[in-house]
Amino acid sequence: MIGFEGFIYPNEAEIYWSVLIAVYPYITGLVAGAFIVASLLRVFNVAKLKPVYRLSLLTALAFLLAAPLPLIAHLGHPERAFEIMLTPHLSSAMAGFGFIYAWYLLVVLLIEIYYDYRRDIVSWTSKFTGVRGFVYRILTLGDTDVSEGAAKKDENIVFWITVIGLPSAAILHGYVGFIFGSVKANPWWSSPLTPIIFLFSAMVSGIALVMVVYVFGSKLRGVKPNVACVDTLASYLLYSYILDLSLEFVELSHIFYAAEEGIGLISTLITDKLFLSFVVIQMIVGALLPLLLIVLTKTFKPKSQVGLFTLASILTLIGVFAMRWNVVIGGQLLSKTLHGFSSYSMPIFGAESLSLALGILALPFVILYILVRLLPPWEVEAGG
Amino acid sequence: MKMMKRRRFILSVIGLGFAAAGLQLKVRSGKTSETGDSGEAVDDVYIFFVDVTRCIGCGRCVVACKIENDVPLEPIYFRTWVERYRWFENGRIEIDSPNGGFNGFKDDGGEGVEKSYFVPKLCNQCEEPPCVQVCPVGATFSTEDGVVLVDEKYCIGCRYCIQACPYGARYIYPPSGQVRSRVGTADKCTWCYHRITRGLEPACVKACPTGARKFVFPDSEDARKIRLIKGLRTLKPEMGTKPKVFYRGIDSEVR
Repeated sequence: MIGFEGFIYPNEAEIYWSVLIAVYPYITGLVAGAFIVASLLRVFNVAKLKPVYRLSLLTALAFLLAAPLPLIAHLGHPERAFEIMLTPHLSSAMAGFGFIYAWYLLVVLLIEIYYDYRRDIVSWTSKFTGVRGFVYRILTLGDTDVSEGAAKKDENIVFWITVIGLPSAAILHGYVGFIFGSVKANPWWSSPLTPIIFLFSAMVSGIALVMVVYVFGSKLRGVKPNVACVDTLASYLLYSYILDLSLEFVELSHIFYAAEEGIGLISTLITDKLFLSFVVIQMIVGALLPLLLIVLTKTFKPKSQVGLFTLASILTLIGVFAMRWNVVIGGQLLSKTLHGFSSYSMPIFGAESLSLALGILALPFVILYILVRLLPPWEVEAGG
Repeated sequence: MKMMKRRRFILSVIGLGFAAAGLQLKVRSGKTSETGDSGEAVDDVYIFFVDVTRCIGCGRCVVACKIENDVPLEPIYFRTWVERYRWFENGRIEIDSPNGGFNGFKDDGGEGVEKSYFVPKLCNQCEEPPCVQVCPVGATFSTEDGVVLVDEKYCIGCRYCIQACPYGARYIYPPSGQVRSRVGTADKCTWCYHRITRGLEPACVKACPTGARKFVFPDSEDARKIRLIKGLRTLKPEMGTKPKVFYRGIDSEVR
């Protein structure tokens, strides 16, 4: 029953943070990344991304709504989950969760989406009757002013919320990195670079997700995706991935050059225990291959470039999940005795299982489907 | 006259400042122990002393602890356990702790063993406990007399404290355990807080046949004696946790 190697503390035989805890930073990373795509247009005026602006906001919202699920499902006492918001212990990085989550959901995403959609929602109230029209009437929140002045005001609010939203997105995911990076007991986690690496990998995964959702969404609707938009997304994916990999390279060089206590174990971790998930999936299949694909596609511009970019994005999404896995699970394989390894086998069904993790990962797509039906993000294309 | 008034005011402010600082110092010294890295202990907190040279690896302490504290009997849950360290001729080191030392250790020949000893482990009741720092709801806390406890009615079972403890002293109480209210919460050694606060020794100390484990009450004769012992060590001092379990006779391989 108990698999381990070398000497581990007896209490370490159980891996305490399971696959669900790998899913959690993956989802928040996608949220932060998708929001950053939206802000590229709003704050940095990358006009080519207009077709995915609203879609990226809705994607961020869909994933944010699912983000607490893996955490709650993992708690020993899920019924006490709200204590983290009601009686937070402020020296804990984790206690920030409730506040950062609430801030991001209520102050950033919902307000931005509301003001961005408000005029459309007002127009939909007259277009639709019945339940749907009723829902839109509620969603206007009583503000039905569609004059030029009101539109200007909305634009202004959306701009400033995006400006606030950018650092918020950074905090949302940076703090998740800090939860791991601040654990001094774990040499695989403990690093001031961890939050920054998390942040850049979040950008990478968010851009890839938006591209995949956009291309497949277009296919489902029978519309051709905007090539310039996908191409621009691929560029940003390339840049952010290069930054992300550079940071990871710095981190690894530091670990191996400083070669502190436990370096032998870390080497074994990478070359043996995590060889498949780290070297093969995260680095080769999930990073180098998509980078190469993007560079080659950009150089030779084949006819199937949208397909190739999308393939690169899918590989990227797999690679970033592998990164989360390697941090969360990998860090726990390394025994704090620095004399051995624990082992982790993921159950297929039941609590903290593969099927639950997949279910939680699938849920945001269902939410996104509903959101897209309710608040179609596509009209923007026709409008400009 | 105005000058005088102002000067008196300034002086009284400074005086108040000093008084406040003094008061704060008093409060602080009352709350925290001043256990230095050298093993020097001030007498207002409990400390634990382990003399590795006396431990015979019988595991009675592990058994006593599991019974006294309703620790589940599976071999992956321990509030205290015993490790065996063996150095071989070629410099190789072998460490094991079968069933946490619950059943003692088998003498499997020991061919080529040059040096060996047993190391009892338990919660270090750190003066700067990382587990308390990371608890998101404050369910785990340090008592005034320096023991780290878990409020099982409050713990949400997030396991962050388990990740933060450098010593592997914590586990999640499984459904197989006898105490229903503890299931799904973090569990750990309390130095038998229910006993020591009544002036009794922890169960493991009581059960130890060789006196390898010594519990030290504040302000006792032992507290002064232990301060004089040379070569005391704590585990992973580089973590800055300031452990209050002091070991005699361990090497740096013991972490």
